[in-house]
Amino acid sequence: RNIVRNRRLGLKTISFADHAMEEKSLHQKILDVVSERGSASSSALAKHLGYDHQTVVGAIKSLHSLPGVVNVEQRQTELWRLTGEGKDVAQNGSHEVIVFEAVDSKKGTLQSELEKKFPRERLEVGVRQGLVKKWLELKKTGTDDKLLMRKVKVVNDEVKSTLQKIAEQRLEGIGESQFKDLQRRKLLIKGAFTTFLVSKGSAFTTQIEKPVAELTADMIASGAWKGKTFKPYNFSALGLSPKSGHLHPLMKVRSEFRQIFLEMGFTEMPTNNFVESSFWNFDALFQPQQHPARDAHDTFFMKDPKYAAELPEEYAEQVKLVHEGNQYGSIGYQYDWKFEEAKKNVLRTHTTAVTARMLYKLSQQETFSPVKYFSVDRVFRNEALDATHLAEFHQIEGFIADYDLTLANLIGILYEFFKKLGMTNLKFKPTYNPYTEPSMEVFSYHDELKKWIEVGNSGVFRPEMLLPMGLPENVSVIAWGLSLERPTMIKYNVANIRDLFGHKVDLQMVHDNPLCRLDK
Amino acid sequence: SVFRPFLCSNSIAMPTIGVKRDLLFEALGRTYTDEQFEELCFDFGLELDEVTSEKLMLTKEQSEKRAEDASEAIIYKIEVPANRYDLLCVEGLVRGILIFQDKMVPPRYEAIRGKERLVIRKETSGVRPHAVAAILRDITFSQESYESFIELQEKLHQTICRKRALVAIGTHDLDAIEGPFSYEALPPDSIRFKPLNQTEEFTATELMEFYKTDSHLRHYLHIIKDEPLYPVIYDRNRVVLSMPPIINGDRSKIHLGTKNVFIECTATDLNKAKIVLDTIVTMFSQYCAKPFVVEAVEVEQPDGSVILHPELPYREEFITATEINKKVGIEESSAKLASLLSRMCLVSEPMRDGKTIKVEIPPTRADVIHGCDIVEDAAIAYGFNNVKMTIPKTNTIAAQFPLNHLTDLLRNGLAHAGFTEVLTFALCSRDDVATFLNKKIEDVPAVHIENPKTVEFQVARTTLLPGLLKTISCNRNLALPIKVFEISDVVYQESSKDVGARNERWLCAVNYNRAPGFEVVHGLLDRIMELLEVAPGKEKDAEGYFIKATDDSAYFDGRCAEVICGGKRVGILGVLHPSVVRKFDLPMPCSALEISVEEFL
Repeated sequence: RNIVRNRRLGLKTISFADHAMEEKSLHQKILDVVSERGSASSSALAKHLGYDHQTVVGAIKSLHSLPGVVNVEQRQTELWRLTGEGKDVAQNGSHEVIVFEAVDSKKGTLQSELEKKFPRERLEVGVRQGLVKKWLELKKTGTDDKLLMRKVKVVNDEVKSTLQKIAEQRLEGIGESQFKDLQRRKLLIKGAFTTFLVSKGSAFTTQIEKPVAELTADMIASGAWKGKTFKPYNFSALGLSPKSGHLHPLMKVRSEFRQIFLEMGFTEMPTNNFVESSFWNFDALFQPQQHPARDAHDTFFMKDPKYAAELPEEYAEQVKLVHEGNQYGSIGYQYDWKFEEAKKNVLRTHTTAVTARMLYKLSQQETFSPVKYFSVDRVFRNEALDATHLAEFHQIEGFIADYDLTLANLIGILYEFFKKLGMTNLKFKPTYNPYTEPSMEVFSYHDELKKWIEVGNSGVFRPEMLLPMGLPENVSVIAWGLSLERPTMIKYNVANIRDLFGHKVDLQMVHDNPLCRLDK
Repeated sequence: SVFRPFLCSNSIAMPTIGVKRDLLFEALGRTYTDEQFEELCFDFGLELDEVTSEKLMLTKEQSEKRAEDASEAIIYKIEVPANRYDLLCVEGLVRGILIFQDKMVPPRYEAIRGKERLVIRKETSGVRPHAVAAILRDITFSQESYESFIELQEKLHQTICRKRALVAIGTHDLDAIEGPFSYEALPPDSIRFKPLNQTEEFTATELMEFYKTDSHLRHYLHIIKDEPLYPVIYDRNRVVLSMPPIINGDRSKIHLGTKNVFIECTATDLNKAKIVLDTIVTMFSQYCAKPFVVEAVEVEQPDGSVILHPELPYREEFITATEINKKVGIEESSAKLASLLSRMCLVSEPMRDGKTIKVEIPPTRADVIHGCDIVEDAAIAYGFNNVKMTIPKTNTIAAQFPLNHLTDLLRNGLAHAGFTEVLTFALCSRDDVATFLNKKIEDVPAVHIENPKTVEFQVARTTLLPGLLKTISCNRNLALPIKVFEISDVVYQESSKDVGARNERWLCAVNYNRAPGFEVVHGLLDRIMELLEVAPGKEKDAEGYFIKATDDSAYFDGRCAEVICGGKRVGILGVLHPSVVRKFDLPMPCSALEISVEEFL
């Protein structure tokens, strides 16, 4: 990406500067040839002017960028090119000549001697060609070895000279059979070759000025920029990536959710307590002590500190009563509630533990005042991990506590909340949560996935949770929650949660991540 | 659903039951398209999770070859709310839906007195003190209903019974045994019987050894394994019915042709045992000669008193229309609300006063424990999606949590300063916070986790540094320098807190390059202090900040300084110790800055 970005000026400017002197004269030379002949191919120009073809092409492209000076037409032609072996032969001589030279002119040389001198392949080719050309002959020695003898005195390395000619593109006088022979010997290959035909343009001139690369402070001061031609920009290249730091995508989404809640008048809860007692995490939420969520398979229990030192005693007594049953209009769970179990510390499995603390605090006020609270923070679950589940993730939660709130109110606030996320088509499914009744799962129609997807969970807190705290009987609490990771994964099309959270996240992804606009 | 529930505390997957589609439709009296059925489920609070077949499931789980002979009959996998045990089998599901659709009147379940007796001996109190029982007389199973009967027990065992720990169910062919039955607790060596589907007799001790490798039963052994006495149920001839919660005896095993079923539930939680028993008999008494009639068993308690089970309690509740309307946000008459509730199996009638509704909670609806449960059922029958929404009138002024506000401002400041934010886990290994930083775990005030599944979840981090170093290690291929930061919470033990631990918000930044770049993190510190309006100071000043040489095992000797602000140590910076860099698999030097954010609130 960065290489592409820098290409517009960076690389081109450098190459222009390095060859400035040379190019100027080459530009002029090309224009002179075109002026004289009307048109010329890049290969002919290279040969004629004695330049490397690539350099000539560069100069042609540069001339082409000047408006109307030359027309340039691209052509594909066939080209014989030397292979690596071919280049070696053109420089050092053919295998047959090298082998011939190595054979003693009088006594001949044993094959085994030659094998010590040359690589096997070269020797094989050299001997075979020497025999075909009748330069050499093989004599038996009575052993496995053979003796090579010269049959002629001098040889002419025609292969070498032909290859040299081809390398210089001097093809006159080389017969078709010679090409084929060399191709068969894998010394030559036929390749495609792009050349450019240059002809006079509508504004053809031989009087050009070398374009200037870039405006400088000196030019501005002296006015020298006037009348100068500036090298055109390549606008199709990318710009230079600015050096900067970046915020993490998931944290950007988190900021948006905070913003949405703040816009809706919700106050942020202090959720900076990862270690929580089972009491606040479960019992206060009317979750029975034998609920499967309280199993070691789902919850991280603490070894140290293992137990919470204290519980709010009076309140805990009420919680015990409501669990055990026949209190606050509830049958309860009809079991023996234990303080010991409630004191077990856990890593909070939901931020609703903090909600419980906040509601309890609220109940301790002289007079109840309505509140709207929210939080977005980490929660922990000790369960099977997969592409969509980590042991820790962020929970988004909001609640309103006020007199006589209704299910219709909950639906209303959910519509407002999800509208800010760009979700306007919602429906609600009855579900079961231990501490809300009614409970609703929130589904939104996803236009791209073309299906209803679950986007959140919500409900009205049970009286068994609120009344033991001492909240007035006609106070209702409506609440909803969702995870931060899930909408983010859907929004940015991330299949694996580890690509979004944790140390395995690709920092390049963090760099490239766009603005977070949840309603877009 | 695929993703875990969000507000719902934990990931307790809602139970899912598989029912044959064609049988379901036959029982429902009509057919549906998948979409129509999905919609019906949705409104009732169920979720059509998957449309599959035995063949498809086998192909997915094993191989096409294994699935060759499997049935291609369509199976609906339906997710059921975790508290609705009455919907855990196709019988209950059909009954629930038909009543919801007003196509069926809820049946009246009745327990009639019988002669069988189960005697609970007092020794059981130490291991599994409760037992209840019931009899389904003159029942006719079909292949499907028999399978459903077995499957329901398994579903109950996995859910409300909490993997048999709270309740264990045993069902027996009453004609193969003879009452009265006795529920006892005996030393394991003195219990000897032929367990279900075995050909030989075992002592209880031998059985526990024998089932150690059983893929299914080994999960239940721990419940009684170390008890001195094991629970066991005998008939009058000392035939073992079961050794709960592990296994039944072979003699009393039920089969397709069983006519009279004796059901016993032993438990540590009596309330749940009653719910389980009620659920089984209400669901399957429909196949008895007298449908929905159950024969009660006299259960003699250790004190000699006798209680009849099942109780099949019907409870009357009174609720006003106003209360329902007020909680839901609708305006319906008591008559209309009563008919809505009746569709949820809560047979209701409006009282003469025009305000009150009498609601009868049947034995199948043990989930209804408060008026709010009745309100919810009214709302479900009304249709959540028919409720006209209103915006709450609650008017409040919002405020950010000050620590989060400051954190957000600083995050922006750090990104502007050229550092990239990373997000790392709060849980890590003991090595991450100790050994890898050249410290001893005993000296680190970390909170430790009791039940981590892997070393990555042994402790909560006490420093952000390891997470940042691991992030760099995973991104070594990027162009240098790599400059990252994180502002997040670490956790310390703190005896003054009610739970014995507290979070603290820290800022950590790391510069990773060919040269350590102490000046880079030092410059960042200066910039942060500038943002926080703290001026550079001198050691003698009470205000301002300065840095002072210090030693820390994670940092290189002579290249580490502490940050003093207002006379108090608030952080540390320096070149990381080469051994630390190596521990995190980094080939190049690093410098780091760590400061506590909470000092600047």
